[in-house]
Amino acid sequence: MGKSISIFFKKHGTGYLFMLPFLILFTIFIIVPVFVALGTSFTNYNMLQTAQWIGLNNYKLLFLDDRIFLTALANTLVFACITGPIGYIMSFASAWVINQLKLRRAFALAFYAPSITSSIAMTVVWLYFFSSDRYGLINNVLINLGLIDSPILWNKDPNYIMPVIIIISVWMSMGTGFLVFLAGLQNINRVYYEAAAIDGVKNKFQELYYVTLPQMKPQLLFGAINSIVSSFSVFDIAVSVAGMPSPNYAGHTIVAHLYDYAFIRFQMGYASAIAMVLFLMTYILGQVVMKMLLTKEE
Amino acid sequence: MNTSIDIKTRSIGKISLKKIKKITPGWLLLYTFMVLLVGFTALPLIYMISTAFKPIDELFLFPPRYFVKRPTLQNFYDLVITLGSSTVPFLRYVFNSIYTTAITVFLTVIVSSLGAYGLVKHKPPGSKVLFKFIIAALMFSPHVCQIPRYMVVNSMGLINSHWALIVTNIAVAYNFFLMKQFTEQFPNELLEAARIDGANEWRTFWKIVMPALTPAWSTLVVFSFISNWNDYFTTLIYITSQAQKTLPLALHTIAGGAAGTSIGRAGAVAASTFLMTVPTVIIFTAMQGKVMETMTHSGIKG
Repeated sequence: MGKSISIFFKKHGTGYLFMLPFLILFTIFIIVPVFVALGTSFTNYNMLQTAQWIGLNNYKLLFLDDRIFLTALANTLVFACITGPIGYIMSFASAWVINQLKLRRAFALAFYAPSITSSIAMTVVWLYFFSSDRYGLINNVLINLGLIDSPILWNKDPNYIMPVIIIISVWMSMGTGFLVFLAGLQNINRVYYEAAAIDGVKNKFQELYYVTLPQMKPQLLFGAINSIVSSFSVFDIAVSVAGMPSPNYAGHTIVAHLYDYAFIRFQMGYASAIAMVLFLMTYILGQVVMKMLLTKEE
Repeated sequence: MNTSIDIKTRSIGKISLKKIKKITPGWLLLYTFMVLLVGFTALPLIYMISTAFKPIDELFLFPPRYFVKRPTLQNFYDLVITLGSSTVPFLRYVFNSIYTTAITVFLTVIVSSLGAYGLVKHKPPGSKVLFKFIIAALMFSPHVCQIPRYMVVNSMGLINSHWALIVTNIAVAYNFFLMKQFTEQFPNELLEAARIDGANEWRTFWKIVMPALTPAWSTLVVFSFISNWNDYFTTLIYITSQAQKTLPLALHTIAGGAAGTSIGRAGAVAASTFLMTVPTVIIFTAMQGKVMETMTHSGIKG
């Protein structure tokens, strides 16, 4: 027995040693809190009294009694289905194009700017664009063109709230994917391009299809998971556009609902149950994407 | 005679054809489109820079003007006055921020890279399960984990210590995932060659793997710097002593909560936002050369 353990460590010890610092910190500060939160989701816990075990009651309430949650769920799904794919494709396309341009450093900085200055980007620039009076840029243009008579209430009219949140989010969220793709483009072995040229690949688009995309699967997977997670956890932008609660809950999202219960009503059990539902949705979708972008290493 | 002219025109034709190939309408269109797109994404940056130098009457202009008309340094002067009235010197906040951010970024890059290398290239038993856990952690809403994490940090006696800001931000699932994806692309043949040459694992990692993964860890430096430098929430939770606070939280206090709510300090807020952004832009410009560095090593047949 002792001998087999020592053989085991001789074989795998180095791998574990490399992972050790991460494993320790990850367990203490991520795994433990996640499991505690998971357990909390089956309790009634208001942060003052001790938690009471109530089984699946939180989940029952969530799906059977909480209409606002269902609104939030629907809003989030609409948002994620539009923003996720658009942001993903646009960030890849931009990285691919900018990588081939002259002055690509200046282009990259300008493109990444919304991620650097997120708070300013949010409050000032978009306030000016979507301001609900006739001085707001978009209203102003539409009025001058004679398309509308009175200004549109972009952030107050329930019909416009979600489209406005979607437009702003796409613009704000492209930075992360963009930078990863840009780095991924450099990580491709040049040999593949040379081989492809010999094999008769003629233009940039053929090169993209036959070499770049298959070689960049690891980064494409990272970008995809990142898009899923960030589009399902939309919150900050929705709140700065429409406020909380938003008119007729038109901008209410799952994370907004979670935040409401966790930090305004202090019902941690219920908030944790919401987190669990959100987690299951993203995890299942994530698994589907991982199957699609599976790398040969796994 | 005739033939020589013919040759001449032909060669001229060839040259001009080459030139046209460089600036085709398609490329022109592409450049125009990209300049417009990028001009649009750069708006907040331009706005922020010009706002920092606006005199008070231009700050409150509505609709706002993008470019400053009469630039002034008054806002920076106001900022110094506002901060001077506090008991903690301004440089103390700057130091706290630089110190915690630098250590966090450095450690998260090292710890994630080491871990990713161990997982991808050694695949000890349990790697698959661990990776599943990391992906799951990435997807679990951080909001509900704040309170359990606070309890952990509290039980370790780290409240009011800068280590609370550092240790909680090292093992980030995102960072590990990023490094893992790039490490996967590193050719195994190169590792085997290094092992045959007698290099030990530690040396191989530092001398061969890390240099080849420069675009990856440079990207991570940018991400990690931006999120830690701007993070005031972690400080808000774990730090209560004024002298231990970091720059974003201190500036948040000056602004009186959400940016721009206290009208009298709008100038100071504009100046402080500008100052907060400068290091980020510097880090981005410094690292982007490495992010976009074409890897010469990858020329080695993998």
